[in-house]
Amino acid sequence: MRRLWILLTFVVFALLLGAPVVRIAMGAWDQGWSGFAGGLTRPEALHALWMTTLIVIAVTVINTFFGVMLSLYLVRAAWLGPKLKKLMNSIVDLPFAVSPVIGGLMIVLILGPETALGGLLGSAGIKIVYALPGMMIATLFVTFPLVIREVMPVLQEIGNQQEEAASTLGAYGWTTFWRVTWPSIRWSVVYGVVLTVARALGEFGAVLVVSGNILFKTQTATTLVYQDVENFNLTSANSVALVLAAGSVALLLLMEWAKSRQGHH
Amino acid sequence: MHVEVRGLNKRFGEFQAVKDVDFSIAKGQLIGLLGPSGGGKTSILRMLAGLETPDAGDILFHGRRVNELPPQERGIGFVFQNYALFKHMTVEGNIAFGLEVKKWSKPRIKERVAELVELTGLSGFEKRYPHQLSGGQRQRVAFARALAPEPQLLLLDEPFAAIDAKIRQELRSWLREMIDRLGITSIFVTHDQDEAIEVADEIMIINKGNLEQKGTPWEIYKNPQTPFVAGFIGESTIVENIASIRGFEDAASWPGTKALIRPEYVEIGKPSEFRLLSATETGKVRHLHFRGSEWLVEVEVGSSKLVTYRSLEKEVLHPGDPVQVLVHRAYLFNDSDSWIMENKLKEDPMPVHI
Amino acid sequence: MSSTLQSRWWGWGFRSAVMLYFVLLIVFPILGIYGQSLSAGWGAFADNVTEPLAWKAVALTVKLALIATIINVLIGTMAGWVLIRYRFPGRKLLNSMVDLPFALPTAVAGLMILLLLGPQSPVGQWAERLGFTILFHQPAIVIAMVFVTFPFVIRAVQPLLEEMDPAEEEAAYTMGATKAATFFRVILPNMAPGIASGAMLAFSRALAEFGAVVLVAGNIPGKTLIASVYIFGEIESDNVVGATAVSVILLTFSFLILWFVNHLQTRRKGR
Repeated sequence: MRRLWILLTFVVFALLLGAPVVRIAMGAWDQGWSGFAGGLTRPEALHALWMTTLIVIAVTVINTFFGVMLSLYLVRAAWLGPKLKKLMNSIVDLPFAVSPVIGGLMIVLILGPETALGGLLGSAGIKIVYALPGMMIATLFVTFPLVIREVMPVLQEIGNQQEEAASTLGAYGWTTFWRVTWPSIRWSVVYGVVLTVARALGEFGAVLVVSGNILFKTQTATTLVYQDVENFNLTSANSVALVLAAGSVALLLLMEWAKSRQGHH
Repeated sequence: MHVEVRGLNKRFGEFQAVKDVDFSIAKGQLIGLLGPSGGGKTSILRMLAGLETPDAGDILFHGRRVNELPPQERGIGFVFQNYALFKHMTVEGNIAFGLEVKKWSKPRIKERVAELVELTGLSGFEKRYPHQLSGGQRQRVAFARALAPEPQLLLLDEPFAAIDAKIRQELRSWLREMIDRLGITSIFVTHDQDEAIEVADEIMIINKGNLEQKGTPWEIYKNPQTPFVAGFIGESTIVENIASIRGFEDAASWPGTKALIRPEYVEIGKPSEFRLLSATETGKVRHLHFRGSEWLVEVEVGSSKLVTYRSLEKEVLHPGDPVQVLVHRAYLFNDSDSWIMENKLKEDPMPVHI
Repeated sequence: MSSTLQSRWWGWGFRSAVMLYFVLLIVFPILGIYGQSLSAGWGAFADNVTEPLAWKAVALTVKLALIATIINVLIGTMAGWVLIRYRFPGRKLLNSMVDLPFALPTAVAGLMILLLLGPQSPVGQWAERLGFTILFHQPAIVIAMVFVTFPFVIRAVQPLLEEMDPAEEEAAYTMGATKAATFFRVILPNMAPGIASGAMLAFSRALAEFGAVVLVAGNIPGKTLIASVYIFGEIESDNVVGATAVSVILLTFSFLILWFVNHLQTRRKGR
């Protein structure tokens, strides 16, 4: 019985997870190294990867900062009433439940060129939708809960006694945060950051809607893969996809490592 | 540091944690805040530290109101119940933290840390992390950390609660000695009366947010001012009908009055063991419990049950034996008043009113 | 004192900035979409919602997401159990592979499935010989959904199995229960809350999935057009009102599920 279950698990993993990854790796080499390199070094591919890099960096920095701050407020702040805290706590999860396409749509609805706000910004020369800022906002929305969901439980678990001890010893907010709180939460933050990077790297639906997928302007790596597939240019799609997949696997390993460190802060 | 508290009040939602508490503490004293759990002791301590804001009332250090000062500026040391050591810092790092925050110079910090490590007997453990230490050692680190910035007031929240009974005893005397040596005003919270009696110069009994009584352990034991204090300190039995006990017939003139009698107020023995046989009456031994160093004897006198001790050196009693019982004094109380009454057949015919 | 004052100013600044960010990024857009969907009046909203293609897209999404969830409950429970209870070579590897679908961009996942099931692939040819096609038909959508939601049930079941006191199981054995009876009457009820919340999350993710599905579904209206792709199409063809109306239905559905999962979890913690 036991062997059967183990075998069955292996089969499921191999078919569902292993086969696709192997297939994409093989697909990228269909036309040999030159096909792979060619697909990857196309100017549009390089531009798309550059856009993705910009988005990942900006989104990770912004959401890490706000995520850590908001976690601190939601767990510790006395100036937020318990009812408000509870409400905000459940709102934090909402982006998980929103389809990325809808997330993109929301941003278009609020900041699109036809809206009041978008028009105002547009006349001031700031383009949000169908431009990089809009894509960043869409990705920020989608990745918002990731850091918070990792950090909040740890803050709750460690309690605030160490922080109180630091305050009786004369340490103010910043010192207490950097010297006492941060060392306890840093591995959870790292884990949340890795998740954010992975999600930002792979975000597709929301970005597709907001960006308009304009070649050489707002195309990211994932929307390029989509377009290549639509154009039946599978080998090129494969080479970009393989780079993204390799990035994800690297992140996965990083996640495992962060998780093991999280265990013993 | 001289500490004074006036009209202190604190509410948590519907729960009144501290109610109109006033007290003052002279410099250099070691005060025990004693009372049942959830009685408001820790809230008082945390308000003194600035970790909690009082709803009403003043806290004065050296005659200066400190209500508005944050904990960082109150010049206090706080030892937490579970020590709250910084678990990612070594013993040294923990002790040095408060000094680094206050921007002491490196050599001074080093010197001060070495001094405290020596004082608390932690030599050889400087590089260890909290999880590599025993409970007693952690407690010492917490103590050293709180003392490092030279606070003028040391606050300790249940400092021995998390330690094995055996080591607790040792640590208590160590702490007492340490505080005597440093001469620092200290307040500690405990729910263990032995601990408070043994360590403190003065005890404050706190119950349901009220300060019931403040005084030396001996005063509190001898002259409890409320029924709660009388019942909380030492062992005791409640006697409903005190007037039925010989020597206390006068108590009948206060209807509705009950008595609280401690084991050490009661003497039992064979008729030959008493000088004032006229003040005794005959009772019956119900149960005997061997307590290691003495007997705990339950006796029945008329309708009342009393508990007392008996030396192992004296003649052994058995359940059912008739014995002479002498009640030296009783602590009487009713809804409006409480006082101590001596056995009038023994000596003083007048009850002592407090 | 000046340092206190300064830090208080900083504190205010940070608080306002963080709260503003939260409201602008999360609360505002969600309120916005609900507001927008009704901005053209109830009539327009009703028209768009009752559009047959829209309805079919939503119904198809729910149906396929449900199938994917059931598959995930079965294999997820099995995999969670095997990975926690058995020790075998390769266990650690499998355990780290579980998160792969979370880490992988969904468009890449879609491409993988496309390549694997396409008409030129062995699987595609084999299915063809049996007389049906997978790609651009409903099975491909289900497979894409199963792939992207694979980790949910496993990750929800594992902690419960780890927490479970082995004595409970042993007690059942000492009372003469067989292995199967112990599993169904002692172990499974312990895992049930995890399976339920994992399934809910998987379901809500499957409802929302876009990237992996859009590449493999074929997107034939009424047949393989799921809700999120329908919304995307409406946006592309500039029918924002139609897109918003379907979005609101899908969103409300997802929010209800999320709320229910939260409720389940708080109840479990409360015990």
